[in-house]
Amino acid sequence: MKKYSVDVAVIGGGSAGLAAAIVVKKSNLNVLILERDKELGGITLQCIHNGFGLHEFEEELTGPEYVQRFINQAIELDLAYKLDTMVIEITSDKVIYAVNNKEGLIEIKTKAIILAMGCREKTRGAINIPGFRPAGIYTAGQAQRFVNIEGYLPGRSYVILGSGDIGMIIARRLTWEGCQVKAVVEIQPYVSGLIRNEVQCLEDYGIPLITSYTVTKIHGKDRVQGVTISKVDRNFDRVIGSEKFIECDTLLLSVGLIPENELTREAGAEISEMGGPVVDNNLETTMEGVFACGNVLQVHDLVDLVTAEAKRAGLNAVDYIKNRYDKKIERKEIINCIAGENVNYVKPDLINQSDLSKDVIFTFRVKRPDRRLLIQFKDDKNRIIYKRKRSYVIPSEMLEIKLNLNEFNIDSNIKSIEIEVIPRPEVLIEED
Amino acid sequence: MIYDVIIIGGGVTGCSIARTLSKYDLNICVIEKEAEIASGTTKGNSGVVHAGYAAQREYTKRYLCIKGNKLYTQAAKELNFPFERIGSFVVAIEDNQIKELEEERKKGTEDGIPGLELILDKKKIKEMEPNLTDDVVGVLHAPSAGLVSPYELSFALAENAAINGVKFFRNNEVVKIKHQDYTFTVRTYHGEFQTRNLINAAGLHAARISKMLGLDYFSIMPRKGEYVLFDRNAIHLNKILFPMPTKVSKGILVCPTLHGNTFAGPNAQNITDREDISTTTAGLKEILDGGRKLVPNLPLRSSIRNFAGLRAVPDTYDFIIDNTDIYGFINVAGILSPGLTATFAIAEKVVEFLELLGVELNVRDDYNPIRPKPERFKDFTKEVLDKKIQEDPRWGRIICRCETIPEKEIIDAIHAPVGANTVDGIKFRCRPGMGRCQGGFCRPRVIEILSREMNKPYEEITKRGEDTNILIGRTKDIALKEISRGVSKE
Repeated sequence: MKKYSVDVAVIGGGSAGLAAAIVVKKSNLNVLILERDKELGGITLQCIHNGFGLHEFEEELTGPEYVQRFINQAIELDLAYKLDTMVIEITSDKVIYAVNNKEGLIEIKTKAIILAMGCREKTRGAINIPGFRPAGIYTAGQAQRFVNIEGYLPGRSYVILGSGDIGMIIARRLTWEGCQVKAVVEIQPYVSGLIRNEVQCLEDYGIPLITSYTVTKIHGKDRVQGVTISKVDRNFDRVIGSEKFIECDTLLLSVGLIPENELTREAGAEISEMGGPVVDNNLETTMEGVFACGNVLQVHDLVDLVTAEAKRAGLNAVDYIKNRYDKKIERKEIINCIAGENVNYVKPDLINQSDLSKDVIFTFRVKRPDRRLLIQFKDDKNRIIYKRKRSYVIPSEMLEIKLNLNEFNIDSNIKSIEIEVIPRPEVLIEED
Repeated sequence: MIYDVIIIGGGVTGCSIARTLSKYDLNICVIEKEAEIASGTTKGNSGVVHAGYAAQREYTKRYLCIKGNKLYTQAAKELNFPFERIGSFVVAIEDNQIKELEEERKKGTEDGIPGLELILDKKKIKEMEPNLTDDVVGVLHAPSAGLVSPYELSFALAENAAINGVKFFRNNEVVKIKHQDYTFTVRTYHGEFQTRNLINAAGLHAARISKMLGLDYFSIMPRKGEYVLFDRNAIHLNKILFPMPTKVSKGILVCPTLHGNTFAGPNAQNITDREDISTTTAGLKEILDGGRKLVPNLPLRSSIRNFAGLRAVPDTYDFIIDNTDIYGFINVAGILSPGLTATFAIAEKVVEFLELLGVELNVRDDYNPIRPKPERFKDFTKEVLDKKIQEDPRWGRIICRCETIPEKEIIDAIHAPVGANTVDGIKFRCRPGMGRCQGGFCRPRVIEILSREMNKPYEEITKRGEDTNILIGRTKDIALKEISRGVSKE
């Protein structure tokens, strides 16, 4: 068995892994990327549409163009990576076991690990659509891979369930291919992806977005022949009598993404309810020296935001190796971050008391859209630490607030901070 | 060529008969209408090897089940299919149900079911199965009950039958049977087969096959059962959990699988369409409600798939295993639950019938009862794994990341005797696509491997046979056609 020893191993060579590894490499530490696919770049490679890079490079790039810039940097820096390499185990003392077809089983001793495995698409079983099991049902991302990477079409006429970003983007892509996208059906009363995608991918091409509807039956035995959609009420129960049949030969599912954390869980790190690992304000998981960034931590709207988060994780891993590794520093008292009213989740899950002098970047999503709001941070004694007005919120948009908690004179004994997004009281009249 | 025996139907029953007969010096073939074996009732089965107390004493199935259960031990040793005797509970939640359980225990023990035990100590019950409802007042524990993977069992049976000379013809739907001069001529869409003895193990289509020879003495009703499968991290059960049985069915059970998942189901719904494996909203609700009576903390959010299976329910509610009035024609029909458990006993019964028909049953000199265990990445120690990859790098290329399946296992599944030729065939043999992502990541890679190994273009790779192609053509094809049409219009 081949054995390696590195300062930092990065699991996943997509946008997150690359950005994190580059930061580590630039700090003159020894870093190794482990990528399970046959090339670096991750899922961004199949996103051949544009709209990437506006934050990071202040120019508009396609997915492959965006990620290629990082691949080029990695190559210039002579960053070590292994392709076709699947991590099968992470031990509690940060030893990684992986396999590939060139070296067999490999063992990698590490000082720190950065988890950057990305996310996966939710599938049909998870949402329980009744019907047959014919050919012609794919996730949107799978269809995207077939069309953009493999060069094959999965069908001619489509219904897309879920108005996630990938679903809307593939709707446009398939239209360009001469396919017919009959409808994008969304169970929520609002689009679940970004508004700009609704406009640029659906409206501009006359593809109907049918909200408050869901697919209630799949027709066809061998191949999909159509779907029945039904209106749903507020509780997502279907409204009897509202059924409509749409003929199609393919059903695509764009019903959301979930962080891919099987390895993380098996390694022993705590996983939060939304699927990502529990992390502190340094993006460190409950395993010391193991960091997480990108979609493995939380599903991001934009790859640019993944890059920014990954850079932080990289810097924190460097800091860990330089200042804490092998020093047995006890974790100080921690503050729990709690998702309150209309907040789906909050990252970080924990804040180290000792880090209160540093900026903490809070990222979170709301559960439902709303207007004229107040975003409030409260401590465990219901004292308001911080508040900010906001004109509207939607679940598809990740909210980010950077705070230096020390500036807010918080009680040094607080155990938790709760973030809530509540209707703005009428007395506050100025708009933001 | 005239076969000695033709078996119609490549489900677990047909495969089991084929394997048992492959011991003898006979020319045998199996004719299956689907692209893969184990595609019908076998596929959507609970995979429970029953202890045998459930069927009433007036039914043949009770005795074949009890016998069949015992035969599993030897068969699992020889054929290396996944099988574990984890034991089952029938769960009483009302005091008046205890008497019923005691009655079953007494009768079952008399009929030779080993180890049946009535447990009333709630603490002990909860220790044995911590997820069980607090409402439990007593359970009937059957330690001989177990779990088997019905399709993996079928693949093992078929493989072993094939290496012992049995031919398998898939994609061959029987359309006509002629009987003349003690010879049956079986016509399918793709050819004609002749045999002296014909065994009808056509599952849901058994009555139709029997009718082709003019024998119209039974009917088979499809009865649908829906299931919900849960992620393996979500919950872990120790025992197979049955509610108190009803008249029509053993009820909705909650059961672990051999792969560490948990499922709930099936419900029971009589239908008319023999291929209707659709699932329904009402059905899924019924299953979850039913399952929660036994396991209140069933994690709905962790359900990864729902599916339906069909049972072939005969009008007699019992197995129809007959040496019919047509000399050489044996019906093995209506193999409903506990048919999977009884499968080896059923095959032995068929051997007896063939003997009665005067078929010479000489054991082959080269008979090999052993089907080696398929090598699995997951079973290897780290040292062995490293060695394996050095020997064959295809062990090191992981195709399915949810289930950790390397390319080698997929290639082996394709090239095994009676190997996989469809995406679903691969999925059921070595599990890529069975995990959390349900094929989202690995499907394009599985298509690539099938295409390469079978030397077929991507477009011809199917999900499960004819008309289930995964891809329709190259990109630009449709667009280009539209353009040329537009031009010609002008």
